[in-house]
Amino acid sequence: MDFSPNIVGFACQWCTYAGADLAGNLRCKYPPTIKLIRVPCSGRVEPEYVLEALSRGADGVFVGGCHFGDCHYKEGNYKTDRRMKMIKKIVQEFGYEPERFRWEWISGAEGKKFAEVMTEYTEELRKLGPNPVKEGGK
Amino acid sequence: MKKIEINPITRLEGHGKIAIFLDDAGNVDDAFFQTVEFRGYEKFLQGMPMEEVPRTVSTICGVCRGVHFTASMKASDGVFGVTPTSTGRKLREMYFNAHYIEDHAVILYALGFPDFVVGPEASPAERNIIGLIGKVGAEIGREVLRKRGLAVKIFEMLGGKPNHPVAALPGGWSKRLTEEERVQVAGWADELVELGKLTLQVFDNVVLKNEAYMKLVTGDMYKVPVNYMGSVDEKGRVTYYDGTQKVIDLNGREVGTFTGKGYLDFISERVLPWSYLKFPYQKKMGPWSGITEGEGTNMYCVGPLARMNVGNGMDTPLAQAAYEQFHETFNSRPVHYIQAYHWARAIELLSAAEKLKILAADPEITSPDTVNQNYAITGEGVGIIEAPRGTLIHHYQTDDKGIVTNANLIVATTHNNGPINLAVKKAAKHFIKDGQVNEGLLNYVEMAFRPYDLCLACATHTVTGGVPLKIEIFESDGTLREELSNF
Amino acid sequence: MADKIKFAFLLAGGCAGCEMALVDLSENLLDALEHIEVVFWAPTVADVKYKDLEAMADKSIDLAFVDGMVRLSEHEHMVRVLRAKSKILVAFGACASLGGIPGMANIHTNDELFKQAYKDTFSTENPDGVYPQPQYFLDGKYDLTLPAFQDKVRTIQDLVEVDYYVGGCPPHHSFVAKAVEAIVTGNLPPKGSWLTSGKAVCDVCKRNPANEELERLPVETVKRTVDGMPEEKGCLLQHGFVCLGPITQGDCGASCLNVNMPCRGCGGPIPGIKDYGARAVSAIGSILGSEAATDSLLEKFPVLSKLVYRYSLPASRLKSNVR
Repeated sequence: MDFSPNIVGFACQWCTYAGADLAGNLRCKYPPTIKLIRVPCSGRVEPEYVLEALSRGADGVFVGGCHFGDCHYKEGNYKTDRRMKMIKKIVQEFGYEPERFRWEWISGAEGKKFAEVMTEYTEELRKLGPNPVKEGGK
Repeated sequence: MKKIEINPITRLEGHGKIAIFLDDAGNVDDAFFQTVEFRGYEKFLQGMPMEEVPRTVSTICGVCRGVHFTASMKASDGVFGVTPTSTGRKLREMYFNAHYIEDHAVILYALGFPDFVVGPEASPAERNIIGLIGKVGAEIGREVLRKRGLAVKIFEMLGGKPNHPVAALPGGWSKRLTEEERVQVAGWADELVELGKLTLQVFDNVVLKNEAYMKLVTGDMYKVPVNYMGSVDEKGRVTYYDGTQKVIDLNGREVGTFTGKGYLDFISERVLPWSYLKFPYQKKMGPWSGITEGEGTNMYCVGPLARMNVGNGMDTPLAQAAYEQFHETFNSRPVHYIQAYHWARAIELLSAAEKLKILAADPEITSPDTVNQNYAITGEGVGIIEAPRGTLIHHYQTDDKGIVTNANLIVATTHNNGPINLAVKKAAKHFIKDGQVNEGLLNYVEMAFRPYDLCLACATHTVTGGVPLKIEIFESDGTLREELSNF
Repeated sequence: MADKIKFAFLLAGGCAGCEMALVDLSENLLDALEHIEVVFWAPTVADVKYKDLEAMADKSIDLAFVDGMVRLSEHEHMVRVLRAKSKILVAFGACASLGGIPGMANIHTNDELFKQAYKDTFSTENPDGVYPQPQYFLDGKYDLTLPAFQDKVRTIQDLVEVDYYVGGCPPHHSFVAKAVEAIVTGNLPPKGSWLTSGKAVCDVCKRNPANEELERLPVETVKRTVDGMPEEKGCLLQHGFVCLGPITQGDCGASCLNVNMPCRGCGGPIPGIKDYGARAVSAIGSILGSEAATDSLLEKFPVLSKLVYRYSLPASRLKSNVR
């Protein structure tokens, strides 16, 4: 009965992934719901990955990148932002709760923020319940 | 009660079937023409920008490749509150007449003529365009295909793709015709006029000069007396791209005329549970009273025959001569013989080619002034055209940004749904007697809908070799009693 | 004289435009018929009925094309039959391979579709609130059946194994000729591939800035085609008109661009794309120059799926409407 969501996360190696490492070093507590995949830049996250994860039953999909102006490749995260806005719209139009997908800018120094975001997102998804694909989706 | 199903009925676009019920003596008790398709355009167009609609609704049908595009383009003029520039309108008409030519050519040569030229009782393997070419000779066949291909070239030149055009803009057209292109089109138009003449010649030689076929053409088994609707110009002549809708009753008396949103005062579409296709009727002539023919009916049909009945002539000389011959031959107006649809179609093919020729000689057609973009969104537009198959109505409502919020489409085959059912029933009763059913007879039944040039793909916008035929006959409890086959 | 290729063409839920693409070969169609024996072409052209197809031996057809998507029980049945009878099955055109325009219905529930068509449209009269029924006894004695309306538009590959895909709405007849020739001569890519030149629309587009050795610049203003007349020269995307040329197969010769209209993706995805709409978002996201441009795009195309998935919604990796 106690539903624990499965979150697929894509994290930029320069910021958010480092932030997740820092969260560990700081012994921050957050639920073991996130499965992080390290990517060279959040701009490398194809919208296709987001849809793929949701279509395979991920309850939530998370993308983490650098703050604007900090991108190691200058403008990768600007492109991420534009794409993610659009793909979120599509996820919604397809009849999924928009909360199933979120993206955040978390730097390598923000270990605590990473843990807080994960805790909050897990709670949000727990309230939302499982991805409908798993029940009715054909 | 026995039931015979012909599934699919062939040589039409889209999917349909005919169910025939026999009484215990083996005679036809009743027959139904059912459309078995539904796609839902009226819903999923919602949320799209209006100017994107024409290139989208074109895909309702790939045979009537230009009609939904044209009707919704006209509706978009209304939504954006613009009148097209003179050149924009002429380009639209040029394109539309080219479409008339290629569409009527396909319908006649691939779907309609085989029954006559190859013979209604010929083997099904032969009774198609390939068999037709075998009969009329490869030379003529090749020439007809080549000439029709010229119309497709015009289509591609103006519309972008050879099918499902894209060049619509509210207030005009997105592409300018260059002088070189104009000269090319003018040359092709001459050839297409020849195609029109040839087509009338084929009809003349094969049908009008054949006594047995004329018995079919003027026989009661293919006579469906209903009311008629079509577009006329300011002089009362047949017109295609834009005009006034005129409705006449089965004795030829005018019921009324309308344009634009006025269609709602004349037409209601009834939903029946056994077909995906709705049944329109003329509500000015009384409430829904079922699918009936003859005095007092409010069923009506549209298309080439309806236009010949509603219009008082054609606006080009050669077509006018053919129109006069048509009415002299039948000598009774309106003409209720549905096989005459094919003849009317041949006359229109010639008329469209003549119009194309006139447009291609118009110096204004190459002006760069192809579109009027002084938009003032009104939020509503109705586009009514005469498609090759008959009156087509597209009606849209949008928000103040021109995003579609509501859509209603009534296509030619939908108007004809009732009459087609009447025609099929009549032919079935005539040709199937005492339980005698064979494939040739069944084709006579199918010949009752082919004149209407069914475009079921169109009609159901709204939701969406030579192996002999087998016919299954069911008992009323659904058990298979026997199978008839001709092998 | 080698044996003629036994050829079948089935219209599933499509509009017959793909079949017209064959007819549009015009006089060349006759030459093609020298090498091809049409054993089944229904319901459009030949008087051969479904039963005849069912009676054919398995794998007796050399080459079969299906156009149209799958919406009704009847489409599904016939596609399965055709697959069994055919050695090579080609999903021909946008609907068969991606779901096509009618696939946009998948954003809506069936009830929404039916309600609009059979109850809410301006001219509909339905006092008893009836919908078409799969089986209906009229007057208590006429048993009339209709194919059942399934709950989604599906592509051909959702049902059966597809050997090759051909994009386009419809495929351009010149490309059809090439595709047929490739099949006839056996000059084919691995099974499951698209038959395509592999070039994007931009590669064959006369407007491509690369032709003039110009650099692509970020787009600050997004336009609909009513926001000013698309010009006769220059990249429409650069002018702000959303164009899906960068990720669409260009076997059409950039036909829409030739009449100053942007590409909407009927050609299908260039090789390597798993999900057309998502990749469209990726490509457009790369070229937009600002937050404001993105917001403006979302405002101008309020239902984004109906832009980026215009021809391919049912083929999206993500299933819509799972309720």
